[in-house]
Amino acid sequence: MFAFLIRRIIQAALVMLVVASIAFLMFRFLGDPISNLLPEDATVQDRAEMREKLGLNDPVLVQYGRFIADAAQGDFGQSYRNNRPVSDLLAERFPATAELVLVAAGLALALGVPLGIYTALNPRGWLSQGLQVISLLGISVPTFVTGILLILVFSVTLGLLPSFGRGTVVDLGWWTTGFLTPSGLKALILPAIMLALFQMTLIMRLVRAEMLEVLRADYIKFAKARGIPNRMLHFKYALKNTLIPVMTIFGLQLGGLIAFAIITETVFQWPGMGFLFIQAVNFTDVPVMAAYLVLVSFIFVVINTLVDLLYNVADPRLRAERTPAHGV
Amino acid sequence: MSNFMPMLYAFWDSDITYSFRKSRVAVISALVLLAIFLTAIFAPSLAPQDPFNIAELDLFDSELPPAWVEGGSAAYLLGTDTQARDVLSSIMYGMRISLLVGFASVILAAVMGVALGLLGGFLGGIVDAVLMRIADVLLSFPPILVALLINGVLRSALPSSAQAESALIVLILSIGLTNWVQYARTVRGSTMVERRKEYIEAARTLGTGKLAIMIKHILPNVLGPVLVIATINLGMAVLTEATLSFLGVGMPPTQPSLGTLIQIGNEFLFSGIWWVVVFPAAVLAILVLAVNLLGDWLRDALNPKLR
Repeated sequence: MFAFLIRRIIQAALVMLVVASIAFLMFRFLGDPISNLLPEDATVQDRAEMREKLGLNDPVLVQYGRFIADAAQGDFGQSYRNNRPVSDLLAERFPATAELVLVAAGLALALGVPLGIYTALNPRGWLSQGLQVISLLGISVPTFVTGILLILVFSVTLGLLPSFGRGTVVDLGWWTTGFLTPSGLKALILPAIMLALFQMTLIMRLVRAEMLEVLRADYIKFAKARGIPNRMLHFKYALKNTLIPVMTIFGLQLGGLIAFAIITETVFQWPGMGFLFIQAVNFTDVPVMAAYLVLVSFIFVVINTLVDLLYNVADPRLRAERTPAHGV
Repeated sequence: MSNFMPMLYAFWDSDITYSFRKSRVAVISALVLLAIFLTAIFAPSLAPQDPFNIAELDLFDSELPPAWVEGGSAAYLLGTDTQARDVLSSIMYGMRISLLVGFASVILAAVMGVALGLLGGFLGGIVDAVLMRIADVLLSFPPILVALLINGVLRSALPSSAQAESALIVLILSIGLTNWVQYARTVRGSTMVERRKEYIEAARTLGTGKLAIMIKHILPNVLGPVLVIATINLGMAVLTEATLSFLGVGMPPTQPSLGTLIQIGNEFLFSGIWWVVVFPAAVLAILVLAVNLLGDWLRDALNPKLR
C-alpha cells in the first residue's frame, strides 16, 4: 500500500511537470509579453528594461527553473488583458466555479444513483424505458443547447429564474458565496441543472449496468436461496459492490465537471474560472490560459490520485493482487 | 460486368448487411444521415436563398417567424433572423461547415492515430513508451479542454488579421489533434498481436522492409476497429466543433457552422425570436444522435462476441 502510494505520487508529480512545461512553452513562444505589458508608445529603452526585468535575456533553462519555482508558489505574472496578477483573478473566480461544480455533482449523484437502481430493478417498467431514451438523448444533445433550452423555458417564457450571473453574493473575506441569499440560490438552479444533466445520465447508465451485472453474481443467487428478503438483498449486498466502480467514475468525472463548467459558465455568464479562461482564449491572454491549465491539471491530478487510493481501500481484491507484484 | 451482380449479391447477403437490414434503428439513422449529407453537399442548389449574398436579403423580411406561426411567410419556412437571412438556408450552409470540420478532423485524427499506433506497436521500445505516455496525459484531460487549449495556442500563433480566414483549419487541427489517442491505442494493441504472427515472420524472412510490412501486411488487419471509432468520433467531432463555435473560438459569423448559428441565435433569445436558435440546435442534435446510433450499431455488428 505504501509503495503504491509513493508510485502514484511520483506519477502525479511527473504529469504536473509535463503540464508546467507546456505552460512554460506557451509563455515563451506565444505572443510577445513586452508589447502586451507596455503601452503603445514605449521606447526601445523601455522595452529593453522590461526584457531585463522579466528576465527574458536569461538562458532558457534559467527561465524555465524560475517559471517552475514561481508557478509552485502560485505566481503566474500579470494578465495581458487587465493588467492584474493572474493569481488574484483566479482566486476571485474560484469560489463561483467551486460552488457550481459541487452543487452539480451533488445533484447528479443524488438523482443518478436512485434512478439507476430503479431502472436496474425494474428493467421492463415504462419509467425505466423512458429514462433509457432520455439518457440517450442526454448524451446526444450538446450541453450548451440544454442550457439555452432551460433559459428559453424557465427565464424567457416563464420568467421564473434568472438566466445570468450569480445573484447577490456574500463576501466572507476569502470566499464569496451565493448559498446565503435567496437570489444567489435561485441563480444557481439553472446552471447547476445544466451541468448536472450529462453526469446524471452517465451515472444512471453506469449504476444500472453495474447493478444488473452484480445481480447475476453467484453470491446474490445463494443469498436469494437462503431466503434473504429482496430489500436486504438489493440494498445491503448488491448496492455495495455496485457503488465501487461508480465511485471511481464519479471521481474522474468531477474533474470533467470543472472543464464542462467552461461551457455552462459561458451560457449563463457565470463569473467563474471557466468564463475567465474563455475570455483569455479569445484575447490570447497567455498568462491566464497557462495558469488555468496548471490549476485545473493540479485539481485533476489530485482527484485522480485520491480516487485511485480510495479504490484500493474499498476493493480488497486489488490490494491482494498488488502486494506480491510490487511488495518485493 | 459479368461478376458485378454476384458481388452485389454477396454484399447484400453478408453478415453486416443482414444485421443492418434487421436493425430498424440503424436503417432509420442511416437514412437520416444520408438526407443530411445530401442536403449539405447540394446546399447551394437546394437552399431557397443564399444567406451570404447581401443582394438577396430584404431587411423588411427580418425576424419573420416560421411559416406556420402567425405572421410567418411561406417563402421562409423556418423564419428569418435579425438580418433577414432565411433560417433554413443558413442551416443548410451551416451543416456543410459542421460536416466538413467533422470529417476532416476525423480523417486527420485517424491517419495520425493509425500511423503512430502502428509505429509504437511495431517498433516498441522508446518510441512506444514516449507515445503512450503522451497518450496517457492527453487522455486524463477532458477532450473539450484539450481542444480549447490547442485552439488557443494555434490562434495566438497567428496574426489577428488571419484568424477569421484560418478558423476552419484551426478547428480541424485542434479537434483532430485532440482525438488521435483512441485510434493510436487500439491500433497499437492489435499491431502488437499481429506482429508476432507467422505471416509477419514469413514476410520478414523474405526480406521485406519494416515500413512495407507495416503498411502492406499489418495495416489491413488492424483497420476494423478504426472504422467503429471513426464513426463514433464523427459525432464527437461535430459536437466539439459546435461547442467551440458556440464559445466564440470557432467559426466566425461570416462563415457560420451550426454552432455559430446557435451562438448568434442565443444573443437574441430574450427578444422572443426563438426559431433562430431552436432549429439549428434541433438539426445539430438529430445529426449527432443519428451518428451515435449508427456507431452503436456498427460496434455491436462488428463485435463477434455479441453475435
